[in-house]
Amino acid sequence: MHPAPSVIVFTTLSGLGFGLLFFLGLGLPAVSGMVAFVFFAIGFALACGGLMASTFHLGHPERAWRALTQWRTSWLSREGVCAVAGLMVMGLYAIGVIFLDQDWRLLGLLGSALSLATVFTTSMIYTQLKTIPRWNMKLTPALFLSFSLAGGALLAGQVTLAIVLLLAAAAVQLAYWKQGDGALAASGTDMGTATGLGERGKVRAFEPPHTGSNYLLREFVHVVGRKHSQKLRVIGFALAFVVPLVLLLLPFHHLIALMAVASHLAGVACSRWLFFAEAEHVVGLYYGKR
Amino acid sequence: MTELPSSTDRKLGLVIDLDTCVGCHACVISCKGWNTENYGAPLSDQDPYGGDPSGTFLNRVHSFEVKPTPCSSQPDPAAQLIHFPKSCLHCEDAPCVTVCPTGASYKRVEDGIVLVNEDHCIGCGLCAWSCPYGARELDQAAGVMKKCTLCVDRIYNDNLPEEDRIPSCVRTCPAGARHFGDLGDPDSAVSQLVAERGGMDLMPEMGTKPVNKYLPPRPKDEMEGDIDVLAPFLTPVAEEPKGFLGWLDKALEKI
Repeated sequence: MHPAPSVIVFTTLSGLGFGLLFFLGLGLPAVSGMVAFVFFAIGFALACGGLMASTFHLGHPERAWRALTQWRTSWLSREGVCAVAGLMVMGLYAIGVIFLDQDWRLLGLLGSALSLATVFTTSMIYTQLKTIPRWNMKLTPALFLSFSLAGGALLAGQVTLAIVLLLAAAAVQLAYWKQGDGALAASGTDMGTATGLGERGKVRAFEPPHTGSNYLLREFVHVVGRKHSQKLRVIGFALAFVVPLVLLLLPFHHLIALMAVASHLAGVACSRWLFFAEAEHVVGLYYGKR
Repeated sequence: MTELPSSTDRKLGLVIDLDTCVGCHACVISCKGWNTENYGAPLSDQDPYGGDPSGTFLNRVHSFEVKPTPCSSQPDPAAQLIHFPKSCLHCEDAPCVTVCPTGASYKRVEDGIVLVNEDHCIGCGLCAWSCPYGARELDQAAGVMKKCTLCVDRIYNDNLPEEDRIPSCVRTCPAGARHFGDLGDPDSAVSQLVAERGGMDLMPEMGTKPVNKYLPPRPKDEMEGDIDVLAPFLTPVAEEPKGFLGWLDKALEKI
């Protein structure tokens, strides 16, 4: 799949932002006034910034409101509904915490649930696609949720929780790569089933429909950078998990915490780039590109 | 609404004969011609006369080579070249419809045609992601999703002569490799053809239940013995050059 920068920025930032909002809604840390304002501002900036970035790849962003209508069948629509509802509820909760020194517990819990639901619905947009076996796995929602929770705990300054959740997310990441590498082969889809000619013998792409490129090849048959994927996995894994874990074990300092967050963010972005760049869409089979 | 109808009154679709298709791409051209000036936004091209041309097409013809597995009756089977037109299969269980967040994609109850309401499409591309067949393409100029309409603006068009009220690709095909009809009616000509020739689904494991069917190519005949009747007359008369040429040949060999 083409790793569109807008979608990588969106899933990375809003995943982190909704992770932070999840913990703030739980009252972790229990803050008020100016400190609460800073925490909520970071959470909203990340979540909203990500959502804004996601509209950049639309052909008609001015019609984006229509995406809230089909929640009965569409995970993308459900994501939109959860995000808008989550941000509104957390907005109300934040007003109470920041300006009125009120901790509306029920509202906070509802906001937390909606924040997590937003991350889950985002992951389901990818998980539902049978056309991309590497995404069509139970580990995909686990990957998005564990990343969001680990990043959220890190941003919320919950050191012990962050260590546990970072370890969990690292384990999910490794399992995802392991299962994902065999997903296309395990799906049973190949050039034989794609063309229906597989029972006759070995099928080979002889000539593509056009000498030039097209939308399908650009969008679904991304191959540039695959050769570096193993190196990028090591770099991404180290930045997202190893470096923050080491920094968290050092005595606390704001600068060290900032470095841990920055490293984690860069690592998650790297992992997310791989999530798209490595994903093989079955339409590539018609072009002999798998 | 992006909920799929539980059943449709008819299942209009195409039957494509892989045995007959000659790979001339006439269906591709006629499709582009008709659909760029009729239903919805035109099918745009980018850099059409430059170094990196590309454009939106609703129908593309691939070519595949199949090397049949040797068996006792055909120990050394010849490779087959199979031209493979591919467009929207108007699936009964169309994943492109249910993933649409806006309701722009829908499947018609009356005839099963899958269409896009281009005034509601936000161009997110998710329907194209969900299609295993690469049937949908986001038009780079209009920013909306384009797909085969089964020429919905021809098949019900009373302004056209009756013989033209079929999809443009079917009307154009010079080889008669494309057939149009109601695949929900077991007595229709297309259903009979599918039953007779063992029509097949593409990627059945995806669970999309395509309406369009493909007729498999017939196996090629095995040529037996000396197939070239002229070959005996064309064998070289002099195997070894003689006289001056013989001397020249030997001299050149020695250098």
